[in-house]
Amino acid sequence: MIKLKTAFENKKAFIAFITAGDPDLETTEKLIREMAENGVDLIEIGIPFSDPVAEGTVIQEADLRALASGTTTDKIFEMAERIRGDIKIPLVFMTYCNPVFAYGTDRFMQRCAQVGIDGIIVPDVPYEEREELLPFCRKYGIELVSLIAPTSKDRISMIASDAEGFVYIVSSLGVTGVRKEITTHIEEIVSSVREATDIPCAVGFGISTPEQAERMKSAADGVIIGSAIVRIVAEHGRDSVEPVREYVRSIARAVHN
Amino acid sequence: MSKGRFGIHGGQYIPETLMNAVNDLEKEYEHYKNDDQFNKELTALYNNYAGRPSLLYYAEKMTKDLGGARIYLKREDLNHTGSHKINNALGQALLAKKMGKTRLIAETGAGQHGVATATVAALMGMECEIFMGKVDCERQALNVYRMELLGAKVHPVTSGTMTLKDAVNETFREWVSRMDDTHYVLGSVMGPHPFPTIVRDFQAVISREIRSQMIELEGRLPDAVIACVGGGSNAIGAFYHFIGDPSVRLIGCEAAGLGVDNPKNAATMANGKLGIFHGMKSYFCQNEFGQIAPVYSISAGLDYPGIGPEHANLKDTGRAEYVSITDEEAVGAFEYLSRTEGIIPAIESSHAIAHALKIAPEMDKDKIIVINVSGRGDKDVAAIARYRGVDIHD
Repeated sequence: MIKLKTAFENKKAFIAFITAGDPDLETTEKLIREMAENGVDLIEIGIPFSDPVAEGTVIQEADLRALASGTTTDKIFEMAERIRGDIKIPLVFMTYCNPVFAYGTDRFMQRCAQVGIDGIIVPDVPYEEREELLPFCRKYGIELVSLIAPTSKDRISMIASDAEGFVYIVSSLGVTGVRKEITTHIEEIVSSVREATDIPCAVGFGISTPEQAERMKSAADGVIIGSAIVRIVAEHGRDSVEPVREYVRSIARAVHN
Repeated sequence: MSKGRFGIHGGQYIPETLMNAVNDLEKEYEHYKNDDQFNKELTALYNNYAGRPSLLYYAEKMTKDLGGARIYLKREDLNHTGSHKINNALGQALLAKKMGKTRLIAETGAGQHGVATATVAALMGMECEIFMGKVDCERQALNVYRMELLGAKVHPVTSGTMTLKDAVNETFREWVSRMDDTHYVLGSVMGPHPFPTIVRDFQAVISREIRSQMIELEGRLPDAVIACVGGGSNAIGAFYHFIGDPSVRLIGCEAAGLGVDNPKNAATMANGKLGIFHGMKSYFCQNEFGQIAPVYSISAGLDYPGIGPEHANLKDTGRAEYVSITDEEAVGAFEYLSRTEGIIPAIESSHAIAHALKIAPEMDKDKIIVINVSGRGDKDVAAIARYRGVDIHD
């Protein structure tokens, strides 16, 4: 297992998200390898869900394409197992509660540990419901990432003091997706988190340009990009390796310089 | 265990962004539910605006025709806007207003909850936006126009299966982007805590009335209460004040569509498995990997792949029984009640009537059944005509 915090060691972290199986798992595998070789510090592999309530249209559609291509939780585990040996950065799953629950939460976390998945992000499991996952995560050493939103306010210290890996700061109200501007005062949230914990903070939701990435990395320890990458995959399908590589490099430069 | 549990079911499985909104809602509701002024205002709205109490009507012709148990119809179809949905919409809108919200959003399946919410928004001078699956917009075009007449903006939802579950997804997405001035008027006893409790409490007026009306009319409690279940709000409303009376059978009728063994059904209790979706742990129609199944019913109000957590618990404990009714049986009951009693029931409620048609003849004549006629069927006439091969325009 690789600790998620290693992504943040001696640098700001660039975290990239990709929907597994969009347009197929072969392409996903190539994209993960490319991203890891071109400056991404941690990869979130999305297990597609039929009804991703926290996602905007870009990731919703990617999930449906992935499911339509026959992607299943088992096939994603198999893919993770194939790539793990070659990839030196932390890998986490991002998915919704029901695919984990339906697989059997214990069995799911056990498989994660077997194939070398280091952490998990589940946006529909808030602090109050963490017992649904946490005992199984602990049992197999999978880090459970906590989310903090612009509306969290008085909840920040409670969530942050129990957080593991890194704190995922949701930049804006609403669902995932590219935004022209991010108006939330990220610095204020980060400083509230700092009062409770010293684990790293990464900002996600709405970030797509190198300029936004640069601004966000100065406010936090890492930058998470999802929809902007998924949008490139949507446009180029099986030929998305090149354009994703170029895009990821441009963001990595902005985050690491 | 977290808050809002019914046995193992319920809970609050929602994004962090919404947690303070549901916590605020819970706090405010806990305050107002015991507030005399709030309850006085709500009762006044129920009685003077919605037309409560609704009748408990003895269906004499139907009783004689079936030759068994005495049948009473709880006439929620006579409420203003034509269904039980107004009970919850009035309660939540009044609560939202007290909380200082100025905008209401809601999902709708058949359109009845959307119409009720749009109606109450007009009454209370609040903005209103309704999310409705594109398929349902087509099935229930008349209700779309009704909502627009009432001043609401209707958003056809084009994601997923374009029906009720997708409308719920989209309303959550809207709420997560705008909570400060907006209340989500969830239409059924589902979603994260405190919604299943709030909606149940506002719908419990149905069984409170049935109970006192039945004692007045017959001097005793009924032997069975039958209601249709999608998410389960009219059923929990009709069951609630009888849960502590084991002599009263509680029967929920879910939509079997083309049959429980046919992939085209919405029979969550028959076919669903324990899962976590739309903010709650409950039973859901899903595949082995936890992907939510596309469901089908002729009734846009019942084709939901889950069921409220309190119903899931009533099933687990055996206190309520759940049966499946096919499209064909429901349409038959729709036509039967229209001809026999001169009452055109909603196609949703027709699922409950269909079950009564099966069990009443086998019960003794001194037994009493109450069927909750949750809504009226005007909205369904065109769809039933199409089902019977008659081409009429809405």
